[in-house]
Amino acid sequence: MTNLLSVKNLSISVPSAKGRVSVVDNVSFEIPAGKKIGMVGESGSGKSLTAYALMRLIKSPVSIDGGEIFLNGREILGLSSKEFRLLRGNEISMIYQDPMSALNPIMRVGQQIIESIQLHSSVSKSVARKAAIDLLASVGIPEPESRIDSYPFEMSGGMLQRVVIAIALSGEPKVLIADEATTALDVTTQDRVLTLIDKLAAERNLSVLLITHDLGVAAQFSDDIMVMYAGKLVENGSVEQIFSNPAHPYTKALLDSRCDYTIDVNKPIKSIAGQPPRPDNRPSGCVFSPRCAHAEPKCSASVPPLTSSQGRLTACFRSDELFQVGAVN
Amino acid sequence: MSTELKVVASASGISRIFRGGSNEVRALDDVSFSLHEGKTLALVGESGSGKTTAARILLGLDTPSAGSVEVLGQTLGTLKHEEMRLLRREIQVVQQDPFSQLNRRHSVQRIIEGPLLAFNIGDKESRKKKVIELLEAVGLEKEHLRRRPHELSGGQCQRVAIARALALDPKIVVLDEAVSALDVSVRAQVLNLLRKLQQERGLTYFFITHDLGVAHYMADEVAVMFRGRIVERGTREDVFENSQHHYTIGLLASVPLANPQAVKSNKEQVQTLPSPEDGDACLYRTRCAVGMNRPDCKSTTLTLTKGTATHSWLCHSPQGS
Repeated sequence: MTNLLSVKNLSISVPSAKGRVSVVDNVSFEIPAGKKIGMVGESGSGKSLTAYALMRLIKSPVSIDGGEIFLNGREILGLSSKEFRLLRGNEISMIYQDPMSALNPIMRVGQQIIESIQLHSSVSKSVARKAAIDLLASVGIPEPESRIDSYPFEMSGGMLQRVVIAIALSGEPKVLIADEATTALDVTTQDRVLTLIDKLAAERNLSVLLITHDLGVAAQFSDDIMVMYAGKLVENGSVEQIFSNPAHPYTKALLDSRCDYTIDVNKPIKSIAGQPPRPDNRPSGCVFSPRCAHAEPKCSASVPPLTSSQGRLTACFRSDELFQVGAVN
Repeated sequence: MSTELKVVASASGISRIFRGGSNEVRALDDVSFSLHEGKTLALVGESGSGKTTAARILLGLDTPSAGSVEVLGQTLGTLKHEEMRLLRREIQVVQQDPFSQLNRRHSVQRIIEGPLLAFNIGDKESRKKKVIELLEAVGLEKEHLRRRPHELSGGQCQRVAIARALALDPKIVVLDEAVSALDVSVRAQVLNLLRKLQQERGLTYFFITHDLGVAHYMADEVAVMFRGRIVERGTREDVFENSQHHYTIGLLASVPLANPQAVKSNKEQVQTLPSPEDGDACLYRTRCAVGMNRPDCKSTTLTLTKGTATHSWLCHSPQGS
């Protein structure tokens, strides 16, 4: 299978009182065509910045210090902004957490979709309007002929997120990045929007990068999962591998600390001691080692590389001995 | 909930109507609940279901349009200003946003000391002792005393807010989405802390959350709200393992579980639901696979049906029927 999107050694830094500090550290991954990848991690793990880099939205004072991003075989970090504008929306598109702030509040939603369609192809306004109505219908908005003239404030959060999805798809991109796109929605609405993205991805053979802090959302939606912690990609494998047989202590601890309605209420939740390190205070060696129950001296001495272990990639010196399939831990 | 437990607060038939021009929003519609000493009542529901309005009314920050609220034997709305002020010692709140609920210009010490100062309790030395005791109780250290909120993480801020809420040794703590803004690993720590504090201090919690997993973990009793009404109420087991209202069932089925296998079976129950409309006896009718085709769900007024001693629901055709 060809890799539609390929990220190699991406590093991003921000300024701090201690000089520039790394917030995304040497992250590499691939997204094959038509695959849905979930990227999970806590706040500050570097999920969103990675997505912004893919969209070329990193602006000073944040900067990309190194790495390459290949979109359909073409390196995009080296392109001029003018060249990349031809790709943004046409090849790769993104939806965000808050649909209300992604839309112009004083412009009818239809006009915002039409504007986007006309930006990507030179069609007349009436053709674009027709296309906008079709798009609204395809994202499941009832009565699209009349809803096209609604203002954002006349629509609910779930409907607005559908409009945003319609705009994101107006240039017929191959890659869709959804950055916490259902986080602000109620759980029943979230379920419907995720089902919609799933359906659209299948119909259009989209590659989707779903960024979320919600393990349940990632488990339900994705083919493969990437786990980020403190700017590092710590584990990357299939959804079954990650959720049934995690091979990194952080992934395991994260799963143990979840609180959904299937856990045993008679025991305290196994929480992870401490909190994720701030970017200007990252530990040496493995970034998770100070909070890790299995850390050994070597873990704080050097950085474990992302290597293949039990059929997936994991960045832990001890993953083989700790997480052999079937081992009790 | 067994009747032997002392009721420390109760709402009877409270409604809250917000009017704006010709619009009228029933944020709460004939809602009743009781808080039992040392126990947790979780109020769950989606945005706009009226959870926070109920919390505000219980805290005396809003007045119901109808119905009455009693806290520790006193009826809210009949109290003199000073009586209400004293009652507030017994009922405290922790809110959602770790940062905005703390005064960013105050140190942690000043924040936690705030309620003691407001009630003129103790001298400088005894207050400081109390603050340190609280700080340790919520898992923070002395070195945090001089810090300001911006120097703390979200989880630490939430611990400070909890310490402040406990400063006056209240009987009741209202937790309004108190862990919703926290990351998974930190949320687990704070939930465990809240449980420990409840056991140590015999606190009664009124736990408002949209997160069913959190409600399941924390609650002895659960009330599910939908559009201003409590549609199902019972013990944790009643509501989660023997759900009767179709909304509760739909809500549970919508929660994505961190288990790829469990999800697939759940998935089949979920349907695309049209948005609700007004004027129906059951406000969930238009989204309900069962009620959609039943005329009584449209026309016949609903009352809470008591299925068992602990479990009741607002539905003409519950799951078990």
